[in-house]
Amino acid sequence: MPINYYIFLSVALFCIGIVGVLTRRNAIIIFMCIELMLNAVNLLLVAFSKMHYKTALLAGDAATTAGTDGQLFVFFIMVVAAAEVSVGLAIIVMMYRNIHSVDVNFLNRLKH
Amino acid sequence: MNALIVSALLGVLMMFSGILLKQKKALRNVAIAGMVLLLMLNVLEMAGIVLFKIDTKGMMVFDRFALLFTTIAFASTLLYLLLSARDMEKVGINYAEYFALIFFILCGITLTASFKSLLILFLGIEIISIPLYILTGSDKKNLKSNEASLKYFLLGSFSTGLLLMGIALIYGARGTFYTNDITVFTEAKPSALIVAGMLLVLFSMSFKVSAAPFHFWTPDVYDGAPTVFTSFMATIVKAAFFIAFIRLFDDAFGLLQSKWQLLVAIITVATLFIGNITAVFQQSVKRMLAYSSIAQAGFMMLSLFAMNTDAKEGLLLYTAAYSLATIGIFAVLIKMNDYSFDGFNGFARQQPLLAATTTIFLLSLAGIPLTGGFLAKFYMLKAVMISGDHLWLVIVAIFMAAISVYYYFRVIQAMYFKEGDSPPIEVSRGFKWTLVLLAALVILLGIFPSLLLNWLYF
Repeated sequence: MPINYYIFLSVALFCIGIVGVLTRRNAIIIFMCIELMLNAVNLLLVAFSKMHYKTALLAGDAATTAGTDGQLFVFFIMVVAAAEVSVGLAIIVMMYRNIHSVDVNFLNRLKH
Repeated sequence: MNALIVSALLGVLMMFSGILLKQKKALRNVAIAGMVLLLMLNVLEMAGIVLFKIDTKGMMVFDRFALLFTTIAFASTLLYLLLSARDMEKVGINYAEYFALIFFILCGITLTASFKSLLILFLGIEIISIPLYILTGSDKKNLKSNEASLKYFLLGSFSTGLLLMGIALIYGARGTFYTNDITVFTEAKPSALIVAGMLLVLFSMSFKVSAAPFHFWTPDVYDGAPTVFTSFMATIVKAAFFIAFIRLFDDAFGLLQSKWQLLVAIITVATLFIGNITAVFQQSVKRMLAYSSIAQAGFMMLSLFAMNTDAKEGLLLYTAAYSLATIGIFAVLIKMNDYSFDGFNGFARQQPLLAATTTIFLLSLAGIPLTGGFLAKFYMLKAVMISGDHLWLVIVAIFMAAISVYYYFRVIQAMYFKEGDSPPIEVSRGFKWTLVLLAALVILLGIFPSLLLNWLYF
């Protein structure tokens, strides 16, 4: 498949994530949308990694390692996202214990 | 390399000493001793003594710029711990963990100061951000702290998403994460992928350094976080993000300057304008300092705009002068009972030494001559003048600096020229002497900036 399809798919997922973050009011759903953004990036990185590998292969380099760093980056994103989830859910639970809601519309105490 | 490994180890050590040591004073001493060790090892590395030799495949490079910045950051953190470590006791029960998180943040700062690969940049930014989310929300029963931490977390991870998308697009265009290889073009025109990636990275980094129009989280988060940690966030962490910003755009996108320079100029002017104008209307000193940190970020953005040797020197001087002065003001602010401007009424009569040092810090932030802040601002404007025909930007910046004098002097006016009867505050002798040392450093930087900047070359 041409690389364009992958780019369109992951940009579409990324935009769904951004729209979700900007319009939804539930902290958990906002958080899911952020994870969607990160996974769109993962998909794109893997697609590009295969693309660079194939380009190097077609250029005549049989033992090429081009594109491996893109897939390595995906592992790092997964690990960091997991760390972020553990901290983020803890923060949301802490919030829920205090105000019994995860609606971000409650987040307006600091305005005044 | 010394600092990177030792700071991570010290973080783990602090976690274990939280189990072993029950006395808070012992914990504090361990943390301060660890900080001194970290600073000394970093200075040793500047002198050429490297304890750990690890092949990073060129993904990190510890050049003079990186080492000098980490030295500034560690020295500021040491002074911060000496002044404010005692006040962390009031935040919550996890005293040792706060120090552990601070050491992990310092590990991230070492990464962001020395990266040569976008992977290390991403890891550095995340290693700084994740502990900061926890520190912001560490006052667990306080709703303002909860709210600040949730807000910071959601917006911070959102901007990380933007950063990652930018990195992925750049990788698609170039097939590499090494910053030096990104703009070595074989073709005449940069592809649309790389320009789109660069813009996403620019927006995301503007988020992190709280430049307008991406600044809206800053006042709320700085106001809601426990004041001890606001002090750390607004100074050392912000400076580290700026160093990452300028390193990235110097290494990776230097050749694309014509594409981003106008955008950076707009962001700079917007940041200076919004930061300074909104700070004028604040009633709480803590919130005023949050807006002032946005305004100072506007000045630091000038170095990104100019992007020459003077800009890089100036940025180091700026981070040092700004961090020292702001840490000093926050250390005094933590001791106050009332954070409004009226809380400072008659402070000079009650605590003459504290009022005098606070005045020096405020003068430095406002950029009055003989203080570090003046020379830092001067370097920035000089760099912009050298970089080309940009007199209008210099005039805007000077005008905004003049506005900033108003809100800084409101505090001085409250301390010296108003009568007040706020209850007296308790400070120890050591606190006073550290504050005097800090004020002396601020003045020293204003008279002999070469003491600091010579380190960049020898």
